[in-house]
Amino acid sequence: RAAAAAAAMLSLDFLDDVRRMNKRQLYYQVLNFGMIVSSALMIWKGLMVVTGSESPIVVVLSGSMEPAFHRGDLLFLTNRIEDPIRVGEIVVFRIEGREIPIVHRVLKIHEKQNGDIKFLTKGDNNAVDDRGLYKQGQHWLEKKDVVGRARGFVPYIGIVTILMNDYPKFKYAVLFLLGLFVLVHRE
Amino acid sequence: LRKNVEDFTGPRERSDLGFVTFDITADILNRKKCIFDWNVKQLFLYLSAEYSTKNNALNQVVLWDKIMLRGDNPRLSLKDMKSKYFFFDDGNGLKGNRNITLTLSWNVVPNAGILPLVTGSGHVSVPFPDTYETTKSY
Repeated sequence: RAAAAAAAMLSLDFLDDVRRMNKRQLYYQVLNFGMIVSSALMIWKGLMVVTGSESPIVVVLSGSMEPAFHRGDLLFLTNRIEDPIRVGEIVVFRIEGREIPIVHRVLKIHEKQNGDIKFLTKGDNNAVDDRGLYKQGQHWLEKKDVVGRARGFVPYIGIVTILMNDYPKFKYAVLFLLGLFVLVHRE
Repeated sequence: LRKNVEDFTGPRERSDLGFVTFDITADILNRKKCIFDWNVKQLFLYLSAEYSTKNNALNQVVLWDKIMLRGDNPRLSLKDMKSKYFFFDDGNGLKGNRNITLTLSWNVVPNAGILPLVTGSGHVSVPFPDTYETTKSY
């Protein structure tokens, strides 16, 4: 209700501002907005190239790695092929056919001379290893299942992403207010 | 950092299963001062066995792990520990394997920032015997 009232007040100001702005200024603001979006996308793509991972930043979704990581923590990943997978490392992987990435620790590895590797994972906070999570008949993970290795982290910040996912109205409100702010702000 | 081990092996299904008991005496220090500074939330310690077999050029198996929180005693003095996880090989590479290296390592988990993996100095090489044990006294 407070959000609706604030939005109502903003839209009154917004209408006044729009009347004052002429067409050229409006186009200028839209271009500005487009530039911000493009820059953000370029930074994200740049991160993907530098880290070698298709998803260089992930949010921790479960408590299976507590007390190290909690739901909402943000992890920074790299996925360089030159870095070998070794026990003790924290890997983010996807199980074939499932969308949700899982963040757990490597428990066992068996690597052949030619570099082919199969490994087993386990969450620090789980009593058993992840075999029960893998696909039916799958006993090991392979390099292709890995999204990246966790190299650094920041706590709490990812909660915003989780909130936006769980409460779509919140996501739309955030996007709406952001869009409004950028369009109206004259600088 | 010192570890002492004695062991024997037994077959399960088709793969070798190794049994290891160990003692760990360790002081987790970082350049002569305590590793738990203001940005260290916890340490994830693990004892891993590394070895080579005919089937696989490199094998690493975590035998035991422990979470050490900031505030816990950084001195470890564990005796007669049994491995927490089954030490299965991918095949029969443990029988007669003379060179299994046990190392203690840890993952430093900061309050925020980089997550380094550190290997402790000092490791122990352990041989497995040539025959299987058939007793189930574990």
